[in-house]
Amino acid sequence: MPRVVLVGNLAQLTGGVAEFQLSATSVKQLFQQLTELHPALEPHLAEGLAVAIDGQIYQDALFQPIGPNSEVFLMPQIAGGAGGRI
Amino acid sequence: MAENGTNGTNGQGYVGTRTIRPDGVDKVTGRARFGADFNLAGQLIGRVLRSPHPHARLVSIDTSKAEALPGVKAVITRDDFADQSSEFIPAGEMMMNYKDVVRNVMAREKVLYEGHAIAAVAATSTAIARKALKLIDVTYEILPHVIDVEEAMRPGAPVLHDDLFTVGVEPKPDKPSNIAKRVEIVLGDIEAGFKKADVIVERDFKTAPVHQGYIEPHAALASVSEDGSTELWCTTQGHFIVRAHCARLLGLDISKVRVTATEIGGGFGGKTVVYLEPLAIALSRKTKRPVKMVMTREEVFKASGPTSGATIHVKMGATKDGRFVAGFAELKYQAGAFQGSPVQPGVMCAYAPYDMENVKVIGYDVVSNRPKVAAYRAPGAPISEFAVESVVDEIAKKLGLDPIELRLMNAAHEGTKAAYGPKFGPIGLEETLNAVKKTEHWNTPLRKWQGRGLASGFWFNIGGETCASLTVNEDGTVSLMAGTPDIGGLRASLSAVAADELGIPYDKVRPIIGDTGSLGFTFLTGGSRSAFSGSMAIVEAAKQIKAELCARACKLWELKPEQVAFERGHVRPIGDAADKAKPMSLADFAKIAGKTGGPIGGYGRINAQGAGPSLGTHLVDLEVDPETGRVTILRYTVAQDAGRALHPAYVEGQFQGGAVQGIGWALNEEYIYGADGKLQNAGFLDYRMPVASDVPMIDAIVVEVANPKHPYGVRGVGETPIVPPLGAIANAMEQATGIRFTELPMSPPKVLKALKERELNKV
Repeated sequence: MPRVVLVGNLAQLTGGVAEFQLSATSVKQLFQQLTELHPALEPHLAEGLAVAIDGQIYQDALFQPIGPNSEVFLMPQIAGGAGGRI
Repeated sequence: MAENGTNGTNGQGYVGTRTIRPDGVDKVTGRARFGADFNLAGQLIGRVLRSPHPHARLVSIDTSKAEALPGVKAVITRDDFADQSSEFIPAGEMMMNYKDVVRNVMAREKVLYEGHAIAAVAATSTAIARKALKLIDVTYEILPHVIDVEEAMRPGAPVLHDDLFTVGVEPKPDKPSNIAKRVEIVLGDIEAGFKKADVIVERDFKTAPVHQGYIEPHAALASVSEDGSTELWCTTQGHFIVRAHCARLLGLDISKVRVTATEIGGGFGGKTVVYLEPLAIALSRKTKRPVKMVMTREEVFKASGPTSGATIHVKMGATKDGRFVAGFAELKYQAGAFQGSPVQPGVMCAYAPYDMENVKVIGYDVVSNRPKVAAYRAPGAPISEFAVESVVDEIAKKLGLDPIELRLMNAAHEGTKAAYGPKFGPIGLEETLNAVKKTEHWNTPLRKWQGRGLASGFWFNIGGETCASLTVNEDGTVSLMAGTPDIGGLRASLSAVAADELGIPYDKVRPIIGDTGSLGFTFLTGGSRSAFSGSMAIVEAAKQIKAELCARACKLWELKPEQVAFERGHVRPIGDAADKAKPMSLADFAKIAGKTGGPIGGYGRINAQGAGPSLGTHLVDLEVDPETGRVTILRYTVAQDAGRALHPAYVEGQFQGGAVQGIGWALNEEYIYGADGKLQNAGFLDYRMPVASDVPMIDAIVVEVANPKHPYGVRGVGETPIVPPLGAIANAMEQATGIRFTELPMSPPKVLKALKERELNKV
């Protein structure tokens, strides 16, 4: 299962837990599973976080696949992301 | 035809060459139309009443006398903008909250900085508009103000927002303060790292807020018709973002707002937000006449965003052989009147150039009575990396190591785990260091009072939502439309890609920047993304055209799909069908487009992923005049990884421009406030930016470590070049004077003071 790591302040929303093993196969599933485990993350996931999968950073890419042995980091969006939509 | 004579008709050759700029002739002849050049028949002139106080409650605003003045057609205030809920959205290169945006474009309960907009007038002339502003009667309840970031953080400081409670601290505070947010990143075990260190350097730094300094002031022309249809022409880095913000602030349907980005006279991040645009639309909506608004330079300084000033504490440890074993930093960034400084990227970038196991960086986002900061090239990164690069230089000196070798020993590379989380893919820091090492510049001797400094820098780069179209015209030429304003060579770069993809001459592609009604949502020019993402969208659009041409060829030639291919600018029959038909060019298909299915075109609509970080190294020689404290830049070399330079001259221009802005940041630029909280140098005479005569030719070395996630290997290049200059110049100053300068700018009075203090200490 992919290893998921929360970067920076996000672990404050999960009671200090910064690492997870989750069965998600896409960013969309990852967000769903994290929201179920820690509802406090939901607004941050909705606002937009960057997701680094095996070193490659993705922003606003819900359908991006996650491999079974992937290393995934959730971190603040970098320089804007796909913002500006209202 | 390209100036180097490359024949692009073979489908290879324009990318990577110095093609003629499609917008060049208009710009050098004065024909290009910038924001303030647009006019409409019957237009009114809009002007803004701005606060003379840095902090005050708005007790009342009486506009009746102004409205009664002949020639005045409308006056707007806070009452013309509905309040907004608290909702954070990415804006430009930073996060913002609509509740704050509506208060920044027009003050509501309080004015929070000198220059804060209070009312706006539309009148038949500038003179009448100015007169009307003087007739607006504002009653203020003056409040104590705070300018400095450290003072704003102290208990007892005047609090700007009663509802601002620090996020990111436990327990959650029960009292409001000026500290909006605390962020941190942690990698490894910082304490264990310092225990391994043979040498530790610890320093405090301070940087001044600096303005982006674009030559063209903010300008907007709005025209709202009786049915609410809204047209807006403005100077912006992102007209789709302007449309989104204006629609939100004024309660308009997005489909009814059409925004055209004018030519832009510089933005550097500062034109990613709205100031005049919603005001011009609101005034036009009231008057049903076009309204034009242009800021004065004083307004640009007082009311549009600079970047943060900051205080920084850095502590780094290294082993005696030069391995960095621990890096700590605490950053306090001014956000201006509303939260949202670039402290988060500052935190993430601080140690990004280095392969380190133990890093901890803490950042604070702090409001004070200054204009709200806006993005400025690599927002936040120059500040934190200045401090770290200064300390790296000190470590090199303490250990007696060559600063390039020390950096090479610790440089991040493919596989390095960044302090902010993921591992890097291919990156080019080592290549830039080696490139600098080989220069004649690095090996040239210096004289007394001269110094040489080196620093490296990092920026992430982004992709994002991007649309671009290619339309094949009747004669086989191609119209290219992009959705991001062209600030640094987008039209030339995308045209080269289109020409190579379609196998046609470069000058047969004519690029324009489409308005918001012409393309799908496209994120702004920022994050060093426009050439990176735009070229991906062009490749996609060209792919659609080539597929369409092949499909038509199959029908014309009665061949199967596998028997035709697009190669070297033509659709060709291939394999056993190779002699069945004569290859057809784009122009051949264009002639018969109507008979074979209609117009031909492609439309790239993507959310570009795969942006690769760009790292660079700068080398500077300077000379200090001990009698005046003036610093002269003697020589400057930039080496940066571009992945692949679509248009090398524009890439070099980005390197040179970033270096010059960094020189200004390091040596002269600062906002100077009086004790009354008012800005004292709101003009280019007193806010000293470098001009051409202040700097030598900046040598640019384009390093190309291809980004594997881009079809041409491209990385964004626009932001990284402003990151290293601050540290490089501080390091050169140390070599020239023997004094470690830790406060920017290193302006003549400060240099002279430091030199005199040293003399006194000797005595």
